[in-house]
Amino acid sequence: MSSGAIVVESHPADTLLRAERLPHILCPGCGIGSVVHTYVDAIAASGIPQDKHVCVSGIGCSGRAAGYVNVDSYHTTHGRSIPFALGIATYRPELHVTVISGDGDLTAIGGNHFIHAARRSVALLVLCINNFNYGMTGGQAGPTTPLSAMSRTTPHGCWERPFNLPFLAQAVGASYVARWTVLHVRQLRAALIHAMNKEGFRFIEILSPCPTGFGRPNDIGDGISEMQNYLRRCVVDNGIDLRQTDIDLTQQDSPIYVGDFVDVDRPSFRPQVVQHAH
Amino acid sequence: MSVHTRVPIDAASMQVPRGQVYTIPNRCKGCNFCIQFCPKEVLEFSEAINNKGYHFPIVRKGKEEQCIHCRFCDLICPELAIFTRELESAPAQGA
Ligand SMILES: Cc1ncc(C[n+]2csc(CCOP(=O)(O)OP(=O)(O)O)c2C)c(N)n1
Ligand code: SF4
Ligand SMILES: [Mg+2]
Repeated sequence: MSSGAIVVESHPADTLLRAERLPHILCPGCGIGSVVHTYVDAIAASGIPQDKHVCVSGIGCSGRAAGYVNVDSYHTTHGRSIPFALGIATYRPELHVTVISGDGDLTAIGGNHFIHAARRSVALLVLCINNFNYGMTGGQAGPTTPLSAMSRTTPHGCWERPFNLPFLAQAVGASYVARWTVLHVRQLRAALIHAMNKEGFRFIEILSPCPTGFGRPNDIGDGISEMQNYLRRCVVDNGIDLRQTDIDLTQQDSPIYVGDFVDVDRPSFRPQVVQHAH
Repeated sequence: MSVHTRVPIDAASMQVPRGQVYTIPNRCKGCNFCIQFCPKEVLEFSEAINNKGYHFPIVRKGKEEQCIHCRFCDLICPELAIFTRELESAPAQGA
């Protein structure tokens, strides 16, 4: 017999988190917590022991992720999560290293690291929590801010063309490329489990509500309104040509394509100098 | 019923999972994700507020038997404030 909700003190996933740090600092309606939750759920289902997972993040609200997960984790400097993670993944190939990063951290200040780690097929799973702005520093525009979107630094609307991150990741050599949103936690979980067990540079873009930095200046309202936009606009198309996956928020009814886009076999970067050192 | 609707031949004997909802109210920040996206519309906001001043999810009156333990509220919760556990399954009604 079930009843109303039973009030308890802890969550089954608390063992995968530093639960003493909860509740986290993230705003109400922010999607980053859902990504962290789905990531730890995927760790439990990955078939890889918890102590073989490593999480690295840079600076930003998304960068806080590493501070909440109960695996070996590193909160590095802004933009440098990939070089730090590269060191771990290359020298300790038995570890499964995941980078959790924001759009600014990963593709603005860290953009060069991103393209070269993918080109070299470094054994990393890289998650980009794309909330279309620099949330932590007050909502400035960044490399993924859509054309015409309002932000603290684009008071008349953004006029710079944004990155199409799945297309970029494919072009520079990622072995796996997916895009989901915080609404698609089930597909994201499956993508994470699959990608954790692959070689090479694996990239998942996760579109996430940021009601504080992006929602407010763009009249989206709260986090749930941005989620409802994803529900209305997202179209799953795994086989789409990634030249078509630009995100255009000016056309209210243009589709936002999501899916598991690229899945190829590419051996991980394993420089001879490291092989000799072992 | 549409002519395209097909009923699985074993529909009558299919087991539908049944779930029990658990919450940690003081973790909730009232984002509404679980309430809006529960496929069975089992949840609603409480009248009461938690220690941060937010209304939190409770099970709607009359929906106590409707949770199917799909885990969507659990996974999507940014605060790890809600989860479900499977109860012993009951056979599907109708089909
Ligand atoms: C070297 C350096 N430059 C700039 C900053 C300021 N800064 C902190 S976080 C951030 C951007 C964060 O944006 P994003 O990576 O998208 O993360 P979000 O907060 O949106 O999750 C910036 C520019 C810094 N901490 N260090
Ligand atoms: S500012 Fe944006 S990204 Fe940062 S915690 Fe708030 S909603 Fe999340
Ligand atoms: Mg950002």
